[in-house]
Amino acid sequence: MLSPGSISNLVECVRSAPRVIAIGAGTKPRLSRVATDVVRLSTLKLSGIVEYEPSEFTFTALAGTPLRDIAAALAEKGQYLPFDPMLAEAGATLGGTVAAGLSGPGRFRFGGLRDFILGVRFVDGEGRLLRLGGKVVKNAAGFDLPKFFVGSAGRFGALAEISFKVFPRAVTALTLRIEAGDAVAVGRILAEAANTRWELDALEAVPAERAVMTRLVGPAAAIEVLAKEILGRWPGAVLGEAEAAAFWRGTAEFAWAHPGGTLVKVAVTPADVPALLSLPAAHVRVSAGGNAGYVSLPGGAALPELRWPAVTLRGEAPLWPGAKPRFEIMRAVKSSLDPRSRFPNLDE
Amino acid sequence: METPSVLRRLLALLPTGRVLVEAPALAAYESDGLTAFRTRPLAVVVPETQDEVIAAVRFCHAEKLPFVARGSGTSLSGGSLPVAGGIVITLNRLNRIVRLDPAQRIAVVEPGVVNSAVTLAAQPHGLHYAPDPSSQPVCTIGGNVAFNAGGAHCLKYGMTSNHVLGLKAVLATGEVVEFGGASREQVGPDWTGLFVGNEGLFGIALEITVQLLPRAETFHTVLAGYQTLEQAGDAVSAVVASGLLPGALEIMDALALEAAVAAVHADYPPGCEAVAIVELEGPREVVAADRLRLEEILAKSGAVEVRVAKDAAERLAIWKGRKSAFSAVGRLSPDFIVQDGVVPRRRLGEALRKISGWSREMGVRCANVFHAGDGNLHPLILYDGREAGALERAEQLAGKILRMCIEMGGSITGEHGVGVEKREYLPEMFGAEEMDCLKRIRAAFDPLGIANPGKMFPEKNAPTLTQHGLHPLEQAGVISRE
Repeated sequence: MLSPGSISNLVECVRSAPRVIAIGAGTKPRLSRVATDVVRLSTLKLSGIVEYEPSEFTFTALAGTPLRDIAAALAEKGQYLPFDPMLAEAGATLGGTVAAGLSGPGRFRFGGLRDFILGVRFVDGEGRLLRLGGKVVKNAAGFDLPKFFVGSAGRFGALAEISFKVFPRAVTALTLRIEAGDAVAVGRILAEAANTRWELDALEAVPAERAVMTRLVGPAAAIEVLAKEILGRWPGAVLGEAEAAAFWRGTAEFAWAHPGGTLVKVAVTPADVPALLSLPAAHVRVSAGGNAGYVSLPGGAALPELRWPAVTLRGEAPLWPGAKPRFEIMRAVKSSLDPRSRFPNLDE
Repeated sequence: METPSVLRRLLALLPTGRVLVEAPALAAYESDGLTAFRTRPLAVVVPETQDEVIAAVRFCHAEKLPFVARGSGTSLSGGSLPVAGGIVITLNRLNRIVRLDPAQRIAVVEPGVVNSAVTLAAQPHGLHYAPDPSSQPVCTIGGNVAFNAGGAHCLKYGMTSNHVLGLKAVLATGEVVEFGGASREQVGPDWTGLFVGNEGLFGIALEITVQLLPRAETFHTVLAGYQTLEQAGDAVSAVVASGLLPGALEIMDALALEAAVAAVHADYPPGCEAVAIVELEGPREVVAADRLRLEEILAKSGAVEVRVAKDAAERLAIWKGRKSAFSAVGRLSPDFIVQDGVVPRRRLGEALRKISGWSREMGVRCANVFHAGDGNLHPLILYDGREAGALERAEQLAGKILRMCIEMGGSITGEHGVGVEKREYLPEMFGAEEMDCLKRIRAAFDPLGIANPGKMFPEKNAPTLTQHGLHPLEQAGVISRE
């Protein structure tokens, strides 16, 4: 395992081996579980916020910076990453979060990680340090490589530094638990609650409890009125502060999932929710208003067939276990960024 | 004149009437929103189905024939400027909304669907399509996707790329691909994100899946007049620093105000050198609380007058003045160039001082209307194309502004794209290796270099400069440049 402590050192490390893959804190270990001849390149020493301009709503940090450091720095200025990055307490890094393309409950309102990434510096397959995208909140110059890196699992380059847009954070929040009744009702409530005047901040489902969880943020007096209106429409309750905090922390850390088992993210729509919930022997959580599903299985259990696009974050299942469209252009783009496959191939 | 053999083969490939070759028909496609440039294509293909688009692109690939995809031709960077000896594929007839799913809040549309038609179709379900470039009554989603169009609401809602969930496209190689899908969450590399903003260099989108958002329940639109541009800029900074997240934050300077008054009889507080427009939106209870905070901030901002839109009509009037400012400038000058560079928001004041200094020094008038919330400048550089050297001076000023944006750590384009207009400046924003990387990606999608050549990357062959003037739709007041 190589452990570069600077960007120039990262470039040297990438150049030093014919095959490499960058690894952050290893909180999504399946992404980097590749052949043993691929040299592991830890980004943990490549840590720190390089620039933070609260008045610009932007920051730039090194790829190995822990999410919790970033969240703390932003919170000091009343700001946050609105997509609620996952696994912060477990130590997840900014770069690993980009490579996994993982967004949390807050992605429901303003969009996911892809909607907040502005620019990247990365080392390509030829060992060149490149900077693409920008550091300002709006930029249309050149192809959007920063977005392309979201979810790319380290297959196209090693991230060195990443720039993001951030938002001011509302001071008050309320969490509501809605009792859904059954799987069909879960899907229906997700779809209906998403198209209302309420501007919900998060909309999740806990199928095991037939419950839909939602969060309102904003001026206290305003969200109390909205909460009453929501609870007038569906049965449920406002959670106490401690209970709410525990729920969102547990969601962000996958505390509900089988420890040591398989954890898979699937891209779905609310209409798919009943089918997703009928997967045999699986714990399932539904996120982003029914657009993301997380499937957890105990260690050793076989993953049922998935008809949606999916990525395995932990466990033994194939990296891309679900629907997997493959086009010639994907190979061509890989060779344009990494002609000698210094980084593993997408399906490796 | 004898029909070239390649045209005979193209005519044979597609149903009768799909290929325009006569000079008068071609003339309409010679130029786009960047009216300073003009090139006559060999032919214009007007496909009516996705299969015809695919056939045309595969034909171009087989014949090594350059092609330029075109929607309504409103590009301000010359993005749909034809290539001499190549064809234009115009997509206006692929204008079906294939599917609108209110439960999933998505629409699947063909590239020729007009931007505001998506919102119109979504409205009965309480939904809308967020990206709102000022040309939205005519510009197409296909063009918006190619150039990653912006609008007045980007700070909060992002650009076109933030609203495209998936697409089907025919690449310049003839391969038909499908990226992304109906879900707002994806897995694997973001191919959709890479495609959006490709400036027509990758291929042609055939079907685009866009997300729809619930329409905000309440809007609170405020217009504040200031004695100096700097005060207006400070007011915007104060709003941003307060923790409010307005849907729109705009500033217009004196010359832009003059133009809006002339064009649509917009009414502004007298004696103002600048106005700021701030719009809050959301559930009525939230807006009611937020507006109190906004009032406090504006009360301390030194405004000459603060006007609050009392109803939908007054809100529309404020926006009409704002959105017409660009075409209105056409009344002050026979020709103008509009730029869309971005600077860090905290340096807006400095950027505007520099622009006005250069404007005075060079004797080139420049009006400013900008998306202040995201640092996106829109200097309108006025000139008279009939006057010797005037265009050159205007372009010199434009170049100074672009370089300033780069030096300040911003971007040469926030929403219009590089196109023909700014292609010489892209290598100043990115280094040689980055340019090489971009070119390699282009070559992966288009190894023959037949898809919209001459855009984004500098080339030796300069397009033809022509006599100037407003775009015909601008003259008619249908669209505006921003």
